Amino acid sequence: MPEKLRMRFSKTGRAIWLSHLDLMRTMQRAFLRADYPLKYSEGFNPHAQISILLPLSVGVSSVCELMDFQLREDVDLAALPERLTAVMPEGIVIHEAYPMENKAKFLKWLRVTARLEYDDRPLDEMAAALTEFYARDSIVITRKTKRGEGQSDIVPAIQTLQVSAGERQVDLEAVISAQEPTLNPDHLIAALRQLQPELAPDFAAFTRQEVYFENGEVFR
Amino acid sequence: MDARLERILPRVQKPARYVGGEYHQIIKDKAEVDLRMAFCFPDVYEIGMSNIGMRILYDVINRMPGVWCERVFAPWGDMDAEMRKAGIPLYALESGDPVSEFDVLGFSVGYEMAYPAVLNMLDLAGIPLRSADRPDLTPLVFAGGTSCCNPEPMAPFFDLMVVGEGEEVDCELLELFRQAQKEGWSKTRFLEAAAQIQGIYVPAFYEPEYNADGTIRDVRTTHGAPERVTKRIIEDLDACPFPTHPIVPSTEIVHDRVNVELFRGCIRGCRFCQAGYVYRPVRPRKPETLIRQGIEALKSTGYQEATLLSLSSSDYRPLSELCDGMLDYCEPRSISLSLPSLRADNFSMDIMSRLQKVRKGGLTFAPEAGTQRLRDAINKNVTEEDLLNSCRVAFEGGWNGVKLYFMLGLPTETDEDVLGIAELANRVLHCWRQYAKFKNRGVRITVSTSCFVPKPHSPFQWEAQVTMAEYQRKVNLLRENIRARNVTYNWHDPDTSFVEAVLSRGDRRIADVIEHVWRHGGNLEAWGDYFSFERWMNAFRDCGVDPDFYACRERGEDERMPWEVIDMGVTRRHLRHERDQAYKAVLSPDCRKQCTACGALKLMTKGGCCDA
Ligand code: SF4
Repeated sequence: MPEKLRMRFSKTGRAIWLSHLDLMRTMQRAFLRADYPLKYSEGFNPHAQISILLPLSVGVSSVCELMDFQLREDVDLAALPERLTAVMPEGIVIHEAYPMENKAKFLKWLRVTARLEYDDRPLDEMAAALTEFYARDSIVITRKTKRGEGQSDIVPAIQTLQVSAGERQVDLEAVISAQEPTLNPDHLIAALRQLQPELAPDFAAFTRQEVYFENGEVFR
Repeated sequence: MDARLERILPRVQKPARYVGGEYHQIIKDKAEVDLRMAFCFPDVYEIGMSNIGMRILYDVINRMPGVWCERVFAPWGDMDAEMRKAGIPLYALESGDPVSEFDVLGFSVGYEMAYPAVLNMLDLAGIPLRSADRPDLTPLVFAGGTSCCNPEPMAPFFDLMVVGEGEEVDCELLELFRQAQKEGWSKTRFLEAAAQIQGIYVPAFYEPEYNADGTIRDVRTTHGAPERVTKRIIEDLDACPFPTHPIVPSTEIVHDRVNVELFRGCIRGCRFCQAGYVYRPVRPRKPETLIRQGIEALKSTGYQEATLLSLSSSDYRPLSELCDGMLDYCEPRSISLSLPSLRADNFSMDIMSRLQKVRKGGLTFAPEAGTQRLRDAINKNVTEEDLLNSCRVAFEGGWNGVKLYFMLGLPTETDEDVLGIAELANRVLHCWRQYAKFKNRGVRITVSTSCFVPKPHSPFQWEAQVTMAEYQRKVNLLRENIRARNVTYNWHDPDTSFVEAVLSRGDRRIADVIEHVWRHGGNLEAWGDYFSFERWMNAFRDCGVDPDFYACRERGEDERMPWEVIDMGVTRRHLRHERDQAYKAVLSPDCRKQCTACGALKLMTKGGCCDA
């Protein structure tokens, strides 16, 4: 019985606009195109046994996506990334595939970078003000939940956060809590809009860079 | 990606349809391309990508060395507004380049309600709407697709229109255009040369003159253009390429599966059906070709579903052989096979049960009319016995839903015919009570009616459409007589059918109406979200056009029709004969029983024969 497998892939460029559902469908078709037999669930309406560890929001790039899957037969895992990438839409690249060892629930931290664009505000001033803003002891934002609106402090979910002024944009890099609690990177911007709107950028684009265990080791 | 685009995409619905990048999209090196074509589809991505004609032509045109054909779809309203606000012009999906930089724009226009969207796309591209306002050779703006069998309503907007199947003529056109560009021809010189290619209609070279009563007296031809433009067909369909590596959209579209095209044309000749006449003659592909193409496409795309497409699948002679061949591949791989456009007969039901081993939802039949007399009048060769037999097989096989489609307002229809629909639905219900396998699950019988739209190049092209009030009266009559709890009645509003009737049999004077509608906010008119009857009525009024003249007027026997500059193969005499037969409620034999010499055979210039 072949074991549970995991692969790491990027979702960048045009592919960032695919929804989670689009991506799931794309994966199943790509496995068929590459002739890798995905394992299907039993039952009346069989579906492929694949799951993506931390579903990504539409519009966010990532170079560290993880997907668990099972195949019906043993394959050469070393050859899989190239063969699968060759049949992917633009922007999805498989980096490695390996037997799954670590349960998804042990994934704790996420490192993200963001490109914050300010059309007509001085970048260095913005960077300095942002640094000050995120250094607050508590940043309570209102977020929409299933049961209406809720208040929550995002500071405990931020491990580190740096801001620097670049040539054309302000760069932000942060290590934030991926699960329990989940901090959507977007909340970092929502906090600005709600509490200090003059710091909110005209546009922000996020990229997931890496995922970690609780202790800070890279999660695979 | 355009930085401005990156900013607006997070704010629009389903952004994936605006970015391209799908598997199997065709990317070419611009340095090796000397002709760029934007294949424009005047509807949203989900509809356009489901269109088999667009898939075929994208493939064929991109096979031409040095030519890069890219896709362009109509943005939905939210995207349209964001693009205009941000100053982003209409762009092509593959390269992201503005459409205005392309050499050629080819619009695929399948249905009349898409006309305003064509204008919206031109405007969003920053290209003048009217051919007369585009003096240069580039960009060339042309159209193809079924709506071109009456080219007149859109005549002022397009430089030329392609009539018939595009695989060969599109390539000939592009080669000629390339030569014109190289040799620096004027637009007029190019159009003069293009008009000599069979299947190409250059509207500017035809000048209609009108009688006092508004009908057409004559059409003056200029610049040496032919009196009538004869449609193009692919004579040997089996030898014609078919896309076996189609684009696999990353986001969901309407028909998200592999298509296999069994044949073109239809042997039946239902008198209300434009498709049955304008796609003649019947030309099939060989089953082995289809099986090969189908399997290749399934392998290359990873789709888990394939559809066998044609106007009337039951009429494909080797259907059993084809299904067996496809099932051999599909069954072990859990790939489902669907077969639309089946007739309600035993053979078809047998095939159907073989295909749909798992899912048994609803079955769809289109008897079109409620009584045998009216079905004979429209040459819909289905008997009540056929229909009930099929329902019986279906119910015995475990199906528990049947959808029945009808038209109201067919020529010669009486109230008896309308009530016949209710009776037929009752008989289907009775059949379920008698034969259903799973009675405890209940049954859903859905009756749908739409208002008949008389179409050009069909035997009913002379007919008046019933008025909207009359349609509504028929709907009410039917509604009062469908009483069974298990029978649901849905009816389409007649207002879209009315507008469609004007557009489909319109002449050049309708062009102003279309532009007026667009200028006042009309766009994707096939969508309930956009269609506004009031806007159309205002446009008719402001342009001084009487819509009843086009929709509800019976044409004189000898009246010159606006679309008669186009020769679709079938003769006027034949259409006339079929209409006469309709009034006598006499059936005509199908092409296989007996050729009725409709005229389409002349399109087979290489000596082929119909339905070989
Ligand atoms: S020529 Fe005869 S066989 Fe051919 S399409 Fe017409 S009626 Fe049918």
